Amino acid sequence: MSNIEEKGRMLKISILRFDPYIKGDVPRVETFEIEEAPGMTLFIALNEIRQHQDNTLKFDFVCRAGICGSCSMTINGRPGLACRALTSKMDVEISLAPLPVFELIGDLSVNTGKWMSGMNDRLETWIHHESGEECDVDRLEERMDPDLTDEIYELDRCIECGCCVAGCGTILMREDFVGAVGLNKIARYQLDPRDKRDDDDYYNLIGDENGVFGCMSLMGCEDTCPKELPLQSKIAYLRRKMVDLRNK
Amino acid sequence: MKITYTDVLVIGGGLAGLRAATGVKQRGHDCILLSLVPPKRSHSAAAQGGMQASLGNAIKGDGDNEDVHFEDTVKGSDWGADQKVVRMFTNTAPKAIRQLTDWGVPWTRVRKGDHQVIINAQKVTITEKEEAHGLITARDFGGTKKWRTCYTSDGTGHSMLFAMDNKAHEDGIEVRERMEAIALIHENNRCYGAVARNLMTGELVAYVSKSTVIATGGYGRIYKVSTNAVICQGMGQAIALETGVATLGNMEAIQFHPTAIVPVGILTTEGCRGDGGLLTDVDGYRFMPDYEPEKKELASRDVVSRRMVEHMRKGKGVKSRYGDHLWLDITILGREHIEKNLREVKEICESFLGIDPAVDPIPVRPTQHYSMGGIRTDYKGESQTLKGLFSCGEAACWDMHGFNRLGGNSVAETVVSGMLVAEYISDYCDSAESSIDINTSVIEGFIRKEKDKLDVLLEPKENAEDAYELRARMEEIMMDKVGIFRNGKDLQEAVDELEELLIRSRNIEVKAKILSASPELFNAYRTQRMLKLALCVAKGALERKESRGAHSREDYPERNDAEYLNRTITSWPDENQTMPKVEYEKIDIGEMELPPGFRGYGKDMTMHHPQSQVRQEEVDKLREELEAQGKDRFEIQEALMSYRDLLPERYRGKNERLYEKFEGEENV
Repeated sequence: MSNIEEKGRMLKISILRFDPYIKGDVPRVETFEIEEAPGMTLFIALNEIRQHQDNTLKFDFVCRAGICGSCSMTINGRPGLACRALTSKMDVEISLAPLPVFELIGDLSVNTGKWMSGMNDRLETWIHHESGEECDVDRLEERMDPDLTDEIYELDRCIECGCCVAGCGTILMREDFVGAVGLNKIARYQLDPRDKRDDDDYYNLIGDENGVFGCMSLMGCEDTCPKELPLQSKIAYLRRKMVDLRNK
Repeated sequence: MKITYTDVLVIGGGLAGLRAATGVKQRGHDCILLSLVPPKRSHSAAAQGGMQASLGNAIKGDGDNEDVHFEDTVKGSDWGADQKVVRMFTNTAPKAIRQLTDWGVPWTRVRKGDHQVIINAQKVTITEKEEAHGLITARDFGGTKKWRTCYTSDGTGHSMLFAMDNKAHEDGIEVRERMEAIALIHENNRCYGAVARNLMTGELVAYVSKSTVIATGGYGRIYKVSTNAVICQGMGQAIALETGVATLGNMEAIQFHPTAIVPVGILTTEGCRGDGGLLTDVDGYRFMPDYEPEKKELASRDVVSRRMVEHMRKGKGVKSRYGDHLWLDITILGREHIEKNLREVKEICESFLGIDPAVDPIPVRPTQHYSMGGIRTDYKGESQTLKGLFSCGEAACWDMHGFNRLGGNSVAETVVSGMLVAEYISDYCDSAESSIDINTSVIEGFIRKEKDKLDVLLEPKENAEDAYELRARMEEIMMDKVGIFRNGKDLQEAVDELEELLIRSRNIEVKAKILSASPELFNAYRTQRMLKLALCVAKGALERKESRGAHSREDYPERNDAEYLNRTITSWPDENQTMPKVEYEKIDIGEMELPPGFRGYGKDMTMHHPQSQVRQEEVDKLREELEAQGKDRFEIQEALMSYRDLLPERYRGKNERLYEKFEGEENV
């Protein structure tokens, strides 16, 4: 950490603004100037703008630590988490826009929650037990291979921030595409022996062009994933698996 | 006016709220859950380190059980906890973790054979048992006798929250996202739901229910620097307080976590120290062994935080433009361990500090972290004064943490309390007394009152106040005068100035004249409410003239059981008051299984209660007699402090362990 006081750069932050809940509001770009402070992130910058320049500015932060996935937005043209975006790594002119694809709530706030909830319902992203089977909570847990639980956790790290969806080419053509986030979920459950669904069941969920066959391997998802999930290799794996199933 | 009826209204979509919702749903009750944010974005996700449950699978957890977990938790609480609640909790924690396993949490598992670990800055080889291979493992955390903290890498809270939210999807729980409960509906000391505000459209609606559960987490954001998510503003506690009927417990019990990064206050997990990380000073010197020779970096959180401040006051802090700090050094753990088990920490260091923790030490200092206080409830999670209002998780004070919470006990509490409280709520909803007897005109009155308050905020005023300014001042006062070390003079000043701010807050004017999604508007009404909570904390701290757990008075350094072995109860009977009412609830030593004693840190400065020794002798004698009769640990425990009958019937069972099989089955 530096001990030297320096005068900060003047940042010019341009924000695409629009509030669909205010009658007659029109989309426009507004530019705010603020002095950069050491260690400044977009979380700090946006809150300062709201507090001192325009208190109607809408955006979503929750954890402000890169783990909750609330603050994804289009930063200089690329989807990313605003809380982790250090201004020191950017030019003085910064452009911000809401994520595309998702329903706009206002300014930089979009309804990723609604989209993700729909995806979770559609792909049934929960452990499917044999019917009526309930675990005896007094008993020792089922054993699992330590390497396998690590591997499952690797995919379980997704925070549903929506960057992969916003960076996806397929979704522009197919609005029902489940996105890399959805396919990664299936890859996660497919690995998990506790989920009793078989490959045919997964095929029914993602074995079409709104699922694994819709992906055009543009890799926008993997490029923008803030958690660096191995999305491309998992999608490729699922596709091979699903093709094998159809060829049987 | 829009009124929706349901059986159970859950306010808060974190682990506790989701677990309560699935529990009541399973019992056949309708349920609506209101959440400020999509549930998967709740602050529960931030619990990196782990969940305490005495499974005893890992070799360093060998011999662990509910009794050891109970003792650690009660001592950690500095005898402030309700011991029956702690017993209920420690017996249920293993069940909760096993249930979560069934719902998909990929807990890190035991690997048989030799492993190198770091203990007390030394490389040590431990050998995991063959028969434990594949069971859930655990790591070391502060203030515990055994390695008891179960984890998934360092994303425990995230994995638990996702599994829980997925379960809620499976169960078809109706979740209303971006809905904020802004007032409880109540009449004749009975709660009937809440008035909620849609944060997208600004619409006000009423949810009317047989029972209402507040699970909105803590109130850390009344402090300037907090590890808490920005939504942890204590609005659940505030709307309970504003009923004038419900009470809050131990609001002054605030935990400071030793290792949040400087300056932004983002947490680095206790797992860093649990796994062998060290605290060092400006000279690179490891100072904790000088203060706490036995537990060192792994003393209880309140103790480590105070020692760090003491050390910085001796001039041993590292100077920076953001004030003094110390170093957390995890380089000793090696890159491989950090990248696998402490990856979140690595990401935080890279993103917010621009350093590599495998090479560089991390700048840290104690930072507000947890609210032990909350809505005062009985062991069922129900308010003692407002029937039909329940609370669980960090939002509540039922009270298992007393004046200091152990690391790993909070996520454990969220699911355990959600699980148990759901059963009690269901019993209540099954009974005739839960019948909804409130006129729609009364409900509409509550909506109108909230609407009027919002309109008043928008009205042009003379000498109008700015909510951001008032809030910033409140946060500073709390930080500077109601922090880790407290004293009468500072606390009095804090109370006086907070009272003044509260009065000024009645004159806040919101400049943007819109009632829909206006960040300025919600900041305004939340600031008014946060000021009330801040006053409860400061006033409670001023009146408690002793040091207990995380509440540390420089002018009263001793724990004073003779006068203060009690819970602070605050309420706000009249909305025109500018100061909370403070009362106390006695804690009965005669019922304790573990009578008050020395906690084992520093010098024993306790002013003991005369009854403590009497009870201790009683307990010792009874234990000796029963042991002589060959009674087992369950029978002895039952005789000392019976609690099992308090648990819902389905969760009364004993917990199986590798070395503690059920009758007629063989131990390994």
